[in-house]
Order: sequence, then structure tokens, then C-alpha cells
Amino acid sequence: MTLGPWLEMWVGALLTLMILSFLYRDNPFYRFAESLFVGVSAAYWMVEAFWTTLVPNLFGKLYPPMVSFALPALAKNPPQISRIIPLLFGVLLLLRLVPHLAHWSRMAMALAIGFAAGTNLVRYLESDFTSQIGQSIRPLVVTQPAFSLGGTISALVVVFGTLSGLVYFFFSKEHKGAFGKVSKFGIYVLMISFGAAFGYTVMARISLLTGRMEFLGRWISQGFTFPG
Amino acid sequence: MSAFMDRVGRMDRRWIYLAIALAVIIPLIARLSFPVITTPIVQNIFDKIDGMPEGSRMILSADFGPSTVPENMPMLQAVLRHALQKKLKVYLLTLWATGIPQLDAVEQNVLAKDFPDRLAGQDWVNLGYKAGNQGVINAAFSDFPGAFPVDSKGRDVRTLPIMEGVKRIADFNLIICIGSGFPGTKEWIQFGGDPSHVPVACGVTAVEAPLLYPYYPRQLLGLMGGLQGAAEYEAVLVKHYPEYEARSQEAIQRMGPQTVAHLVIIAFIVLGNLAFFAGGEWRGKRA
Repeated sequence: MTLGPWLEMWVGALLTLMILSFLYRDNPFYRFAESLFVGVSAAYWMVEAFWTTLVPNLFGKLYPPMVSFALPALAKNPPQISRIIPLLFGVLLLLRLVPHLAHWSRMAMALAIGFAAGTNLVRYLESDFTSQIGQSIRPLVVTQPAFSLGGTISALVVVFGTLSGLVYFFFSKEHKGAFGKVSKFGIYVLMISFGAAFGYTVMARISLLTGRMEFLGRWISQGFTFPG
Repeated sequence: MSAFMDRVGRMDRRWIYLAIALAVIIPLIARLSFPVITTPIVQNIFDKIDGMPEGSRMILSADFGPSTVPENMPMLQAVLRHALQKKLKVYLLTLWATGIPQLDAVEQNVLAKDFPDRLAGQDWVNLGYKAGNQGVINAAFSDFPGAFPVDSKGRDVRTLPIMEGVKRIADFNLIICIGSGFPGTKEWIQFGGDPSHVPVACGVTAVEAPLLYPYYPRQLLGLMGGLQGAAEYEAVLVKHYPEYEARSQEAIQRMGPQTVAHLVIIAFIVLGNLAFFAGGEWRGKRA
């Protein structure tokens, strides 16, 4: 192992131990690692967004020779004057930092929110509403390509689970009698789904712990040999 | 018995942390593993890739950061190995800034080691990261090269042979998102798969998986949920392509500690409930 990866391993191992120390109790090492993580993350996202999006997609298209030092492949492309519009809106957005001009940033903000709301509305409506209704309308007995007991049970669970869950959230009628029983079944369906979600969450956390333990194992086996 | 249950009820939670740590460390050292059976929801992804003709185009979006590498990386590596084995054209990209090192890692661990004969820009391309979340997918939907003008090495994508015939997302045959949150699979379905009718499959962290099951099977071809999903894909890959047995077993190995840790957690849940009911506190709360 060379010096660079060796140092990376040591920094990673010490920061891991600092974070894990919180399991014993709160302490300055944990808080140092947490603050470092937040700061490094913010800087990392900002730098990557600049070099991977603003440089090739804005500056590299607006005036390609400007980015020839970083992206020579784009230097010969013709300039796209229309890119001055997103540049202008980007500058307007930054005017939030100048108190007496801050109101100009609302124009860019309005465009961003309006565009996002418009596109999201349509896509959510189609993918998460109409298509989901379509997913719930299915044959209760699965006979294609052949009869399937598992498929039939699955279809029954989906249809009646969805319906009873919806009944539970229907508050315009008192939950009594048969309606109340369906509503109660809806609660059980919800509780089972929460339990499944919790089980998945436990699996996720144990997976991450396993990953960290593997890393600490590598550190113990390789990190104490100075690179030569 | 009552005194024991009382002590269980008052146990310092740090003992539980210690028990979980040991439940993970000991099976790791002992290299404990269990047989893995591939379920239909994962098998569907394998079958889709296995049945695609040579040269088909596949977007492989690595929308995760270092925090979920133990879950997501085995999925990414297994799917990439399978796709390259089938000689598909693979378009690697990420909507997460922290996904860049993950793409670099698969370039080194999979592409360079297992497929040194496959050429960058011809058989596969790393398009890197683009900020903008679902906006990037939205832009790529109608103008893919416009959304990704350069690859990760700074080359103009219009000059790359792999980009011939690629104008929009509808020109692809499959989208696979290996993700752990927003933006990720949900956005690929909403802004990529559904409007273009290109099939979408995913491998996601276990936390994310329950949120995506409602999209299966019509909007989502298949789903690898957490480490178990990754292990299932590795199992079916190794079964059909034994040459990857030595290199594609990460998730299968990690399922050993996972199983033991789950048993320990179940034991603590049972003990905790027994202590709760034995203590009689529930009667007081009910009253």
C-alpha cells in the first residue's frame, strides 16, 4: 500500500471510531467528526456542481473558449447565445445576497418554483396517481399463463389491503359495523406495512455496520504496517 | 424469574449495542454465510438483462454516496458485470455528487479488472455527475447529449461512437437505478421510464425499498431491496456465470452477519416484551 491510501485508511478509521464513540455517550470527538462531515459535504457538493454542471453546461456552451483550459473538447463548439438567459437568472438568484437588490431574486425563484411545480405536478399525477390506481385494478384470481395460488393471494392482499387502508382514512362516516370492521382491518394492514418497513430499516443499518466493521478489519490488518 | 425480567427491563442500551457489534464481528471473522435463493422480483431484472440482444443500450445510474456503499456497491458491480458479459452498451451516470467516486470505483474494480478489452466511449461511457435532480432526467428525456455534453474525462460526447443514435431517453432499452434516496428510482420512473415507456429496474437500500414496491410490476420491472436483494442478484449471476464466483460474492458474504444480527435483535424484542408484560406496567397504562 502506498502512502496516499494508507493515510486515507487512517483518517477514515479514526473518523469512524469518533462517530461510533457516540454510542457510549456524547463527546467532543464525535462532535468534531460530525462538524467536519457537514462542512466537507457542503464544500464537496458545491465544488462538484460547479465543475460538472456550471462549467460544461453553462460556460462551455455560452462561450466555449472560456472553458478550453478544463474541457478542450468543447472549445471548438459554436457559442449558444441563448444560454445567457439561465446565466441572467442565476445572477438574479445571487442578488439575494445584496439586501437592497434582493427583491430581484424573486423573479428567478418564481421561475424555478413554477417550472418545478408544473413538471412535477404532471409527472406525479401520472406516475403516482393514475398509474397507481391502474396497479390496484387486477384480476383477483390469477389464471394467466396458468393458475397461480401465490399470485392469487398476492392480488387479494393488494386489492383488499388497498381498499381497507383507504376506508381507514375515510372520516365522513363513523367507523361502526361492517364499515368499522373493514377500517380495523385497514389499521392491521398499515401496521404490517410499518413493521415490514422497520424490518427493512434494521437490515439497512446492519448492512452499514457490517461495511464499517469490514473497513475497520482492513485497517487493523493493513494500517499498522507503514508503507515502504 | 421476576428479578431477571426486571433487570432486562432496566438494561443499559449500551449492552444491546455491544451485542449487535459482536453479532456482526464474529460472523465476519468466521466468514459465516447462508444459502441465498433468488426471488422473482430480482430474477426479473436478471432475465431482462440476460435476454437483451448484444448492443442494446442501458442507462446505469449510480445515485448513492459512500454512506450506503455496503448495500449499493455489490448491486452496481453485479449488474455492470452482467451487462458487460452480455455485451450491452452501458451508460454510467449519477445524479448524486457523491456518486462520482462510486463510478470511479466500478471503473477500477469491474471495468479495468474484469473487462479490460471493452473500450471507454465505445462499449461503455462514464457520463459523470450532473446537478439538477429530476430536472436532469427531464432535460435528458428530450435531449440526452445536451444534458450530458461531456463524459467524466471531459470528452465531447457527440464525438464518442457509443452516442451514435442516442438523442433522447426513449432511445435506450433499459434504465437501471442503483440508489439510496432522492433523486433516485422514483424520479427515474416518473421522469424517465413512464413518459418514454423504457423499462426501469432498480437496486435500492433497504430503507428505500418499501416505498418502491407499489411501482412493481407495471412501472418497475424488478427491485433489489437492500443487501438481501444484492445477494440474490449475485447468487443468480454466479449460478449462470460461475467465472464471477470469486469476485461477485460481497453481498452474499455480508448476509451472514446480517442474519445473526437479526436473530439477536429478534431475541431482544422478545425479551423486551416479556419484561414489559412481566413488569405489569402495561396494566397501569391501560387504566
